[in-house]
Amino acid sequence: MSARAQVLLWGAQRISAMVLALCLIVHFITMIYAIRNGLTAAEILGRTQGNIAWAGFYMLFVAAIAVHAPIGLRTILSESLGWRGRSLEISVLTVGIALALWGARAVYAVFGGGAA
Amino acid sequence: MSEILRVSVWRGEEAGGFQEFEVPRLESQTVLDVVTYIQRSLDSTLSYRYACRVGMCGSCAMTVNGKARWTCRTHVAKVADHGRVEIAPLTNLPVIKDLVTDMSEFFDKWSKARGRFQGTQTRADDFVRVSPESPKRKQVDEAIECIGCGVCYSSCDVVSWNPDYLGPAALNRAWTLFNDVRDVDQKARLTAVAGDAGCHACHTHMNCTERCPKQLSPTAGIAGLKRAILAAALKGEL
Repeated sequence: MSARAQVLLWGAQRISAMVLALCLIVHFITMIYAIRNGLTAAEILGRTQGNIAWAGFYMLFVAAIAVHAPIGLRTILSESLGWRGRSLEISVLTVGIALALWGARAVYAVFGGGAA
Repeated sequence: MSEILRVSVWRGEEAGGFQEFEVPRLESQTVLDVVTYIQRSLDSTLSYRYACRVGMCGSCAMTVNGKARWTCRTHVAKVADHGRVEIAPLTNLPVIKDLVTDMSEFFDKWSKARGRFQGTQTRADDFVRVSPESPKRKQVDEAIECIGCGVCYSSCDVVSWNPDYLGPAALNRAWTLFNDVRDVDQKARLTAVAGDAGCHACHTHMNCTERCPKQLSPTAGIAGLKRAILAAALKGEL
């Protein structure tokens, strides 16, 4: 991987961290607000399903995780195990894609038409 | 003050061990004084390195009670623990013998970071006027007093995890040259210090800044390089 690509990955991890920080704050506040009167899961789903704005927000959350986590994992594996090169890049890319798919599935389940 | 200092000194190479010595305590005694006493009065085979004895040359750094320090300016009274001191070679560098490390790798990384000034003028040209008040020159002032002792390199976690990492001193040097308005090698230097083996590997643990005997902050310089290189990468200039 070129030095420029490594630098852009570093930048992507910092920017995704900023997005994650905002998303987490909104997520926690919403979560605490939503359940303060003891809403059931069914009641929450009744309010979330079909809500495009919240679905967009959580897709942004998932995208930030899918960018942030594999880049950090790449550094951790490299520094802890001395694992470098193409096999590492492909492995963490796979983790990123898996996180994106799992996250998208969860967003669809909560905001889409029904349970995934 | 106890009359006798009990000193454990590393002997041998990587696979050596500690040897115990007893050294008379003196007023204002430094750790380098202790090592010198041992070599001159107790065991002449002890190897160690020093030159100026006044904190200028950067030769005498060792690991004292687990922390990298310049021994010529470290008073025994400051570091002795119940009348004991443990003295070992710097970590993160190969041990040649006793307290002497092979610093080739440390200085080779200064070269890899393009830590050499590259100007365009000849001795026939007039001096370049650089205002001491200019922001870039102020950045240089904060980082220029490095004596190359290797304390930061020895204290850096990232160096211990990633042997390719250039380390705080080489990156600090690159930062001073990046801020030198006369230097014309900037693009190559930024490329040399970018990425996984360069400044972007720094985790900002700040061990270098904590331990630097000259109170420099390589961490701040590395952060500056990170930002400058990201900006260059986004513009396609890297």
